[in-house]
Amino acid sequence: MERVLTAETTVSTRSLSEKNYLNQETTVWSWMTTVDHKRIGLMYLVGSLTFFLFGGVLALLLRLVLLTPKHTLFGLTVDAETYNRLFTLHGAVMVFLFIIPAIPGSLTNFVLPLMLGAKDVAFPKLNLASFYIYVVGAIMAVTSIIIGAVDTGWTFYTPYSTTSAGSVALITMAVFVLGFSSILTGLNFIATVHKLRAPGMGWFDMPLFVWGMYSTALIQVLATPVLAITLVLLTMERLFHIGIFDPKLGGDPVLFQHFFWFYSHPAVYIMILPGMAIISELIPTFSRKTIFGYRAIAYSSVSLALVSFIVWGHHMFVSGQSQLATVVFSALTFLVAIPSGVKVFNWLTTMYKGNIVLATPMLYAISFLILFAIGGLTGIFLGTLSVDVHLTDTYFVVAHFHYVMMGSTVTAFLGGLHYWWPKMTGRMYSEKWGRIGCALWFIGFNATFIPQFIMGSRGMPRRYYNYLDQFQPFHAFSTFGSWILGLSLFMTAAYLLASLRKPADAPDNPWGGTTLEWKTASPPITHNFHDQPVLEREPYDYRPSAGNRH
Amino acid sequence: MDWITGRFMLPPQGSAYAGEVDDVFLGLYWLSQVLFWGITLAAIYFAWRYRYKEGRVTPHITHNTTLEVLWSAGPTLLCVGIFFWGLNGWMKYAVAPGDAMEVLVTGKQWLWQFEYPDGSRTINDLHVPVGKPVKFTMTSEDVLHDFFVPDMRVKHDIIPGRYTQIWFKPDAVGKHTFTCAEYCGKDHSGMKGIMTVESDADFAKFLETGGTEWEDYFPPKANRQAEWGKLQYERKGCNSCHSVDGSKSKGPSWKGIYMKMEAMNSGKSMMVDDDYIRDSMLNPQSNVVQGYEPIMPTFQGTLKPNEIRGLVAYIQSLK
Amino acid sequence: MSTTTTNLPAHGHDAHEAHDEHNPFHQHHFATMEQQFDTSKLGMWLFLATEVLMFGGLFVGFGLMQGRYPQEFLEAHTHLQKFPGVLNTVVLLFSSWTMVMAVHAAQTGQKAKLRMYLLITIACAVVFLGVKYYEYSHKFEEHLLPGIFYHHQATDSLPNSWGYATFFSFYFMMTGLHGIHIIIGIGLLTWLYIKAGKDEFSSAYFTPVDLVGLYWHIVDMIWIYLFPLYYLIT
Repeated sequence: MERVLTAETTVSTRSLSEKNYLNQETTVWSWMTTVDHKRIGLMYLVGSLTFFLFGGVLALLLRLVLLTPKHTLFGLTVDAETYNRLFTLHGAVMVFLFIIPAIPGSLTNFVLPLMLGAKDVAFPKLNLASFYIYVVGAIMAVTSIIIGAVDTGWTFYTPYSTTSAGSVALITMAVFVLGFSSILTGLNFIATVHKLRAPGMGWFDMPLFVWGMYSTALIQVLATPVLAITLVLLTMERLFHIGIFDPKLGGDPVLFQHFFWFYSHPAVYIMILPGMAIISELIPTFSRKTIFGYRAIAYSSVSLALVSFIVWGHHMFVSGQSQLATVVFSALTFLVAIPSGVKVFNWLTTMYKGNIVLATPMLYAISFLILFAIGGLTGIFLGTLSVDVHLTDTYFVVAHFHYVMMGSTVTAFLGGLHYWWPKMTGRMYSEKWGRIGCALWFIGFNATFIPQFIMGSRGMPRRYYNYLDQFQPFHAFSTFGSWILGLSLFMTAAYLLASLRKPADAPDNPWGGTTLEWKTASPPITHNFHDQPVLEREPYDYRPSAGNRH
Repeated sequence: MDWITGRFMLPPQGSAYAGEVDDVFLGLYWLSQVLFWGITLAAIYFAWRYRYKEGRVTPHITHNTTLEVLWSAGPTLLCVGIFFWGLNGWMKYAVAPGDAMEVLVTGKQWLWQFEYPDGSRTINDLHVPVGKPVKFTMTSEDVLHDFFVPDMRVKHDIIPGRYTQIWFKPDAVGKHTFTCAEYCGKDHSGMKGIMTVESDADFAKFLETGGTEWEDYFPPKANRQAEWGKLQYERKGCNSCHSVDGSKSKGPSWKGIYMKMEAMNSGKSMMVDDDYIRDSMLNPQSNVVQGYEPIMPTFQGTLKPNEIRGLVAYIQSLK
Repeated sequence: MSTTTTNLPAHGHDAHEAHDEHNPFHQHHFATMEQQFDTSKLGMWLFLATEVLMFGGLFVGFGLMQGRYPQEFLEAHTHLQKFPGVLNTVVLLFSSWTMVMAVHAAQTGQKAKLRMYLLITIACAVVFLGVKYYEYSHKFEEHLLPGIFYHHQATDSLPNSWGYATFFSFYFMMTGLHGIHIIIGIGLLTWLYIKAGKDEFSSAYFTPVDLVGLYWHIVDMIWIYLFPLYYLIT
């Protein structure tokens, strides 16, 4: 491995002597008022990883409670209400404070302008504002936990959410605020992609990561306002009992589900598209080969974004929507399978006849392929009407969306984090520990969630504090798996943080990448590039001759 | 294979419909296995076969239209097929046969109440006859619930202010669990019960005694007959004509009436004792208290013996 | 695919320093002022799209509830006073025209005119809010309020009185959200007025005026939909 790294790249001499974006200014104030997309990206990274840790600890606690039917946690008995609050928090924190902001806020903020050869995002001040709005939303969410826990589940289904105790209004307003952060981030990226591409960079010369994030941003901008207004209506229902969702006042609780999923289904693609975007970078780079089917991957990202708006009803096959709607939504749902399949086949074909370096990011990318295959294929079960009736609202669904959200998106996030870590920090992490961490992650993840597929198909409903004795071995297995998963993440955190203690040692282009972010120093200077980079070849061009044309 | 499916895949089949759902499930399962291993083995094989070698030059393959059309069109056709396969089963689930026996289901935090065609009721304990379609008409008194019978492969949300339906036709005598599958608050996971599928004769016997809910109010389980009577007073509509606070309505108030001498329309006086009360429910026209019209319908056949015992105990308790 | 710097004189790094160095509002990450203007405008349009979608959610909610309580909605709307509604519509339409004139004045560098039109637009917005205040206070007096706060002797005893309450819930939510947008608009217009006073706008740089103009038109447009929805139901 070391041979690979040093053979193709050298540590740039100028990056060691010159000031970079990290040490240009070092005061706390300079960080708080920065409009540099790279610094904002790092702040998002710290913020979203903090909540990943928080949500992750909650998950470990939940698994521990479910280990035995006795509901004990370190000798204390956990009652049903506490359990319900724990899973609500786990869901809300992971969805709204981690996955949705994580890749767009941190990695994309950092990398997207670099990839386009731009000096910054289109609206740098707005970018900082989105970060602060995120912080305000996070504070509101945490406050709602402190002053009165919420036990509605992250979906806030009415009429339970309009009648239950707890600070539901505050947490819905927190999500409302977080939504605005998400909208502004998306808006910024769309404008950046449209207007700030390097000279000579046409739409089909952009790295596929940019295509993926552009599609994500479209959803962020178009779907989130509907969630915002839904949450306003929910809050009004709680405060004024306006009777739109509460059946006792002549409202319709199923209407809330329509409104909610109209956002929250596209939101699933706000989570998965960035993961796919990262994989489209990792696979060609570490296969030393151009991406197969560039346009197919680009179009499939956009078409996934569009399709995501017309399939929300598949969350509601047994919820009391009209039977015709159910049939139509099932048919539309299968549309998702096609672009997803196309991407997987393209990635695999990219590896064919490559020159594959199994560095840590590539191991994460291969893990992604396998875990996403499981997540995607089990989605087919859930889209199929008669089978979904049995499986919906069970652990099968829990396992399915964890395979997509965590097995796919978080795996890709970790892969991307390792891939751009040298660029972001100027440090190489320990490759050996990186590979061990990835292996543990893969094993732990499957050990945690495969038993949940089994429980679900055998009829174990989700959000259950008590369970039948027959499920105990599976729950125990799942809990053991979660320990491996936890261990892998703590280990990863440890070696990544350890790498920060040594002096900057990362080459400008440690992986031999071809996209523009590798054309600047590691870490980059504040203005990204000394000279406006100009596109010289298509992305992912690994022909030896291509490099010589310059 | 059965050993694996039986332990790790699907619960027992309680109906022919469950078998059909399982066929689709297993079909998808094997299809997924093929695709999953195809993807996984390809990834692993490529990673090994094309592992990094110094100086290896990779071919510049940008696309292959034929291949891409094939792997877009293939899955599309496959998906169309799967959609119709799932639709086929679902149509059966969606429409109950006309001759199905109807059971009313009421979900509330956190119990299930079942009412059978003859008015018998049970709580968290469902009895159905074997080999006959049963239709469940469901509503909720508070928040969303979901009636889920894993062995029958059916579930549906229960919505306050609305009626939803599911149905199934159990194949064999036996017991199955049912649960709540839509999160409904604190004891969501405690909202479950046992469904007993029994022979026609056993089911008829079960209905004769008016279900099993009453057992919770009578010895040996408890001694709360008056409470049971109060429930019947509300459920059977006694309250529309008889008050329990002494006020005059279409019928005499029950307050303080027990063991009182009352003048009858016929002119004679009678003691309102257990026998009189029982007789008034079954043959209401025979002795009507003076000053009231003979308008009460008979409850012969509607009231089960345990309900009459409960009502008597309730009237007795209204001092 | 291969390109070199020589093909791209207009966008190059050196080019922008030569052309636009004198403009103090030129942000460093844009190559040209033109690119900066186009980008800002695109951003504003995207933002306005989210506004339309957000109000769209409320319009859909209103439509569904109207379908549920057609009679109640029809009766409830008679409590709204048509005259103030019409007045406000006229006032806002007029302010849209003055906003257009303000943008035009900024574009053509007529500084005095710009300030005058901005001031008239602000005045219109204030009039609008004044009329809205008058309407709201009338509703408060009659307890024509959202949800549980709704009381009206003519309807309290009716079985579907929730229909009336729901009508007023939506009335207050939608006109209230619109009102908040008007208040934000006043803030933005005042900010423009102050900047115009400092002589910051010219035919070379008038982006803020243009963007606030777009915002103001959307706010007016939403009212154009709200007015018939609430005041002219038949």
